[in-house]
Amino acid sequence: MGLYWAFGTVLILLAITAPAALMFGFGGAMAARSNVLPMRWFGKGYIAIVRGVPDIAFFLFFVIALDQGFEWMRHQYLCPDWDQPIRQGNDFVVCQAAKLPLGDAPQWVHEVYGFFTAVLTFAIVFGAFAANVLFGAMNAVPKGQIETAQAYGMTPAQIFRRITVPQMWVYALPGLSNLWMVLIKATPLLFLLGVEDIVYWARELGSSKTPRFTDYPHGDWRLWYFLGLLVFYLSFTKLSEFVLERIMKRLTHGQATLGGAS
Amino acid sequence: MSCWDTVQAYAFRSLGYGERLLPRDDFTICQQVTLIGSGMLWNIYFGLLALIAGFVLANAVAVAKASNNIWLRRPANWFILIFRGSPLFIQFFLAYFLFLTLKQSTGAFSWLTSAWAGALIVLFLNTAAYTAEIFYGALRSVPKGEVEAADAYGMTGWSRFRRVIWPTMMRLAWPAYTNEAIFLFHATTLVFFAGFPIVKQGGDALYYASYFADKTFNPFVPYPILAGFFILLTLCVIGIFGLINKRLNRHLPQQEKRKLRYRPQLIR
Repeated sequence: MGLYWAFGTVLILLAITAPAALMFGFGGAMAARSNVLPMRWFGKGYIAIVRGVPDIAFFLFFVIALDQGFEWMRHQYLCPDWDQPIRQGNDFVVCQAAKLPLGDAPQWVHEVYGFFTAVLTFAIVFGAFAANVLFGAMNAVPKGQIETAQAYGMTPAQIFRRITVPQMWVYALPGLSNLWMVLIKATPLLFLLGVEDIVYWARELGSSKTPRFTDYPHGDWRLWYFLGLLVFYLSFTKLSEFVLERIMKRLTHGQATLGGAS
Repeated sequence: MSCWDTVQAYAFRSLGYGERLLPRDDFTICQQVTLIGSGMLWNIYFGLLALIAGFVLANAVAVAKASNNIWLRRPANWFILIFRGSPLFIQFFLAYFLFLTLKQSTGAFSWLTSAWAGALIVLFLNTAAYTAEIFYGALRSVPKGEVEAADAYGMTGWSRFRRVIWPTMMRLAWPAYTNEAIFLFHATTLVFFAGFPIVKQGGDALYYASYFADKTFNPFVPYPILAGFFILLTLCVIGIFGLINKRLNRHLPQQEKRKLRYRPQLIR
């Protein structure tokens, strides 16, 4: 049963992460285009750093860092009269009430919390990639359009809202569809973040002596389970490729670009 | 223990030389930098060998994909589809268990299950597939005029490919190929997290970084060190590939030279 749920986990992760990453990317792209210098530095730094370092390092880093960050914030808020340092040698100590999730919480809260940090991590990392794509797309909107809007007396905010954002999607779509493929292929990394996903179950169910499932003893089937996963991912990417192609055709319909045939 | 002693003890720890025990408490910055740097040796080993071997195979696959013969084109298409369409992480697992089964059933090939050979083969095939797609795209965009000029000179077959098509293809593919190379080095960090066993705690840079993060429960020191090492490595790759790019484009007028841009293509 767990295996089937795990497929659901992967799909839910994709469904939540994609919009979340898009939001992060939108924020990042807006920051990188901002007129305020520190904001611009922040946006560009975010994009550059996340893309320059192996993503697995980021996955491993953010899961602990986010966890500690949340606990630290709750600690500051909930236990103001705590006088001991938080880092005692090799331990990270916060007061009992600030533990996340609470020590006496049921198992499912732990799982949901783990899943939540995983989603946030994915969103931060892929947000940087999306920010890069959207940044390019915003700059690709033809200058004439912007100038026309200015001639009509729109404010910069109005121009951004009414002209730039609706028009940039076509330019962003190839990059975003590429990103979607990459996101699909990054989902097995969930396993590293401690979520019980399909890789976890394939290892558990496939290995020969599983103490939890002794009803059906069998040899080492991990090879076949992973072959199944490979086929699952292959068909999933193939399907998305097909769907994205259709969307692209629809969006470029009637546009005077090379992709917009008639 | 001074910092120099630490460097002597741990500089080649990832390969199994030097001090046997990893530091257990009182971690210093020096220890972390040295050990993570020593782990980088594995990343460089995997990346460099896979890159060189993958380059050769990618050329063959790209030409096969562009050929008119269906028996060459079809396997090339399948090879590219399988390795580009599925996550590298799953490929590592699959390959590891495949090699494990092979080892158990035949007794031979035991060296394939160890990371230095098995993971290298996976990385090699994976980068070959990605690179082949890049080269295939470049091959398709070789200007027709150049090929016709070669025909007019009476060049055919191999000499036409070697003297006209291939250099242009390299020139066109090089910026994208640079990104692929950078990206391959990033992908090497997956090796020891995907089934392949770590012998005597000699892992790659990410393994040591996560070791320190686990022990100190403080991710804010080892991971930035790791990031620093990778940025350094990336700069080296960009530098070397930039030199090659310059040589490939040496005949072009200055303005037309295509600038190498760092635009990595994310994860696989």
